[in-house]
Amino acid sequence: MCRVPFSVIGLLLLACLATSPCHSDQLKDLYFGEALYYAHQGYFFEALERLDTEIKQHDELDEPELDSLYYHMDDAEFSLGDFELRYRMHHRAGRAIKAVLEGAVDEIVRNDAAYRLARIHFQKNQMADAMRALERIDGKIPESIRDDIEFLRANIYLAQGRPADSIGVLKRLQDSDSFGGFAAYNLGIAYLEDGQQQAALTQLDKAGQFGTDDPAVLAIRDKSNLVLGTILLEAGEYDKARPFLNRVRLGGPFSNQALLSAGWADVSTENFERAVVPWSILADREVTDRATQEAMLALPYAYGKLNVHGRAAVYYGRALDSFGVEVDKLNASIDSIREGRFLEALIREEIRQDKDWVIRLRSLPETPETYYLMELLATHDFQTGLQNYLDLADLRKKLLSWKASFDSFDDMVDIRHDHYAPLLPEVDTQFREFDSRMRLRIEQHKMLVQRRDHMLTTPRPEFLATREEQAILARIEHIETQLQESESPFAASSMQRIRRLKGVLTWTLETEYHQRLTMFDRNLRGLDEAMAVVQEQYDQYVQARQAAAHSYVGYEKPIRRLRAHVRNSVEKIDRLIARQGHLLEVVAIEELVARRGRLERYGDKARFALADSYDRATQAQAQMDDQ
Amino acid sequence: MIMLLICGHAALSGAQDISKDEMRSLDEQVQEIKSDVLSISSELSNLEERLLYPSNTQIALFVSIAENETFRLDAVQIKINDELAAHHIYSFKELEALQKGGVQRIYTGNVATGDHQLSVSVIGKLENGEDFTESDNFMFAKGVEPKILGITLAESEFGKSGIQVGDW
Repeated sequence: MCRVPFSVIGLLLLACLATSPCHSDQLKDLYFGEALYYAHQGYFFEALERLDTEIKQHDELDEPELDSLYYHMDDAEFSLGDFELRYRMHHRAGRAIKAVLEGAVDEIVRNDAAYRLARIHFQKNQMADAMRALERIDGKIPESIRDDIEFLRANIYLAQGRPADSIGVLKRLQDSDSFGGFAAYNLGIAYLEDGQQQAALTQLDKAGQFGTDDPAVLAIRDKSNLVLGTILLEAGEYDKARPFLNRVRLGGPFSNQALLSAGWADVSTENFERAVVPWSILADREVTDRATQEAMLALPYAYGKLNVHGRAAVYYGRALDSFGVEVDKLNASIDSIREGRFLEALIREEIRQDKDWVIRLRSLPETPETYYLMELLATHDFQTGLQNYLDLADLRKKLLSWKASFDSFDDMVDIRHDHYAPLLPEVDTQFREFDSRMRLRIEQHKMLVQRRDHMLTTPRPEFLATREEQAILARIEHIETQLQESESPFAASSMQRIRRLKGVLTWTLETEYHQRLTMFDRNLRGLDEAMAVVQEQYDQYVQARQAAAHSYVGYEKPIRRLRAHVRNSVEKIDRLIARQGHLLEVVAIEELVARRGRLERYGDKARFALADSYDRATQAQAQMDDQ
Repeated sequence: MIMLLICGHAALSGAQDISKDEMRSLDEQVQEIKSDVLSISSELSNLEERLLYPSNTQIALFVSIAENETFRLDAVQIKINDELAAHHIYSFKELEALQKGGVQRIYTGNVATGDHQLSVSVIGKLENGEDFTESDNFMFAKGVEPKILGITLAESEFGKSGIQVGDW
């Protein structure tokens, strides 16, 4: 029974599950938009930093519903988990999504969160947890992830060794627009794992003819044909295997293996002439490929079987030379890795600008080791290690640049201190004087307002007398008092005259009261405006004064703390990067040593076979000469 | 042997299994340090904002592309009171990020309270291959609180500028 390694399925799943961070149609929060801007470019550190800060600020608000992020909170929290996942921070991503899941959220949102959580567990190889997360999905499911959920469920079943359960799910996905090709292949594998050999062959045959022009689906179609051909080859059904192997595209990623297997299928039926065809094509391909190297030995073997010993000897000789060159290249690569050049090449900025940077490594003349590491580079663990190494290198670079900026901050704070510190005492003295005058005027203004409000209900004409009228009134009252105490014979007539004068004044005050009150009110309103302007200037001054102080006070502690954090983090990263780099080098060297061992064994075989072919060619020539 | 070939590199040696475990343990530690550095970055941004762009003078300009726009944005130049504030040439990745709904903070700086002039110039290519340039001026008032302006770009229509500036 053929067991396709779980890692292969996992990688397929990861490729299919890559979704874009969601965002609302109408953006209401620019900072959320900024986080998306970075995320869309693959700068997840920057995206996370922006979004994390924005969400924290939102959570600290007294009235979060007034904040523009409020409209995007569901999206923002999901995106946070997404960014963390893409920045390979599975722990935090899991926590972020769990928080959404456990919050009081809509059914659709909860189901989406459950799916994302399941995806994280799946990537971390925690299948039981992944299934538990999927089991939380209940009720309405967003249309866009309906198939994603089912495809994930099927893959979890497969990874748990429950192919029978997987089959049911995969059958329903056969017509899926996004997963059709992958589901067709996985269904074939599920049948195989369930022991349903015939159903597996039929299904893989179907998957091998899947109509598509999507490169990823074309690759899985090739893989279906290769697996099917290989199963038949293993079962000894060589003739049946060949058509499926021939279906594999010559330009596809599985073509080398298919050509090699097609040759073996021909050899197994002793059809050596036909075996020469695929192996001749393969033997001229990239020499570092395992299948090519095997074909370089297999091709002369086939010629030998055809009794074309001269040509076999030539090809064995060519293989021997080639293996020798490759062994030298591998030795150079091993030395190069030991000298640290492999890691140096990996962190070169221009290489990583390209999303296919791993592939582009092959084009670097100074890193021959990468030729032999393509398969290793494609494995999940090595990729994770490699990405972590690169992330650490990036973080280190960031921290060092921040470290350098602390000196500038210190200078800035010192310059501001030297500028403001001598000025502020004088400014403060002037301000205190202004402040006391301001307070007095505010009190006076308040009193006038109260007086006006009072007069609106209880008329007090004397309050609106002019300064001159007030003086006259006071004089009249004074004379009145004097006349009351006087014993003069003219007192009575004088009192009458005084009362007449008082009457005239009272008449004026009473009759002009409303006009005067209106004028008073108008003037007071004018004063209100002037007071508002003064108050605004006062507030601006207070803010400017605060800003001056804030521009240099209170930075010492945070800068010192950040300096210490940065220093500790750089030390920690240095230790981690050394360990991670060493580990990558060790694994890479192990791989190269294994490949070198294999090539050396091939070389030994080629050497013996070459001698044998020469003997046979010589004998054949002698026989011909005798005849 | 055939299955080994199909399964490719999946079968790891014992030594590689050990490396695998160590890789995973390192992965946990890398996740921790990422978290630490993110929190440093957040604290640093906050400090930088307070120190370099106090709220009473802070101005931030954001650029976005209107929904469903198909033109290719090549460059944006922004002047505040006739002084160059930002000039950005867009890479393909940046353009794609804007078209997908991302918003670029193109400038953060300081201006005094009061009225100011903002001049925006855009260079790009229309879907039909024609080059286009467009410029527009706007007035804005800066108060004591931070000023945030969003510049939305779209293909201009008859009588309507393709550059819109709004307060946020």
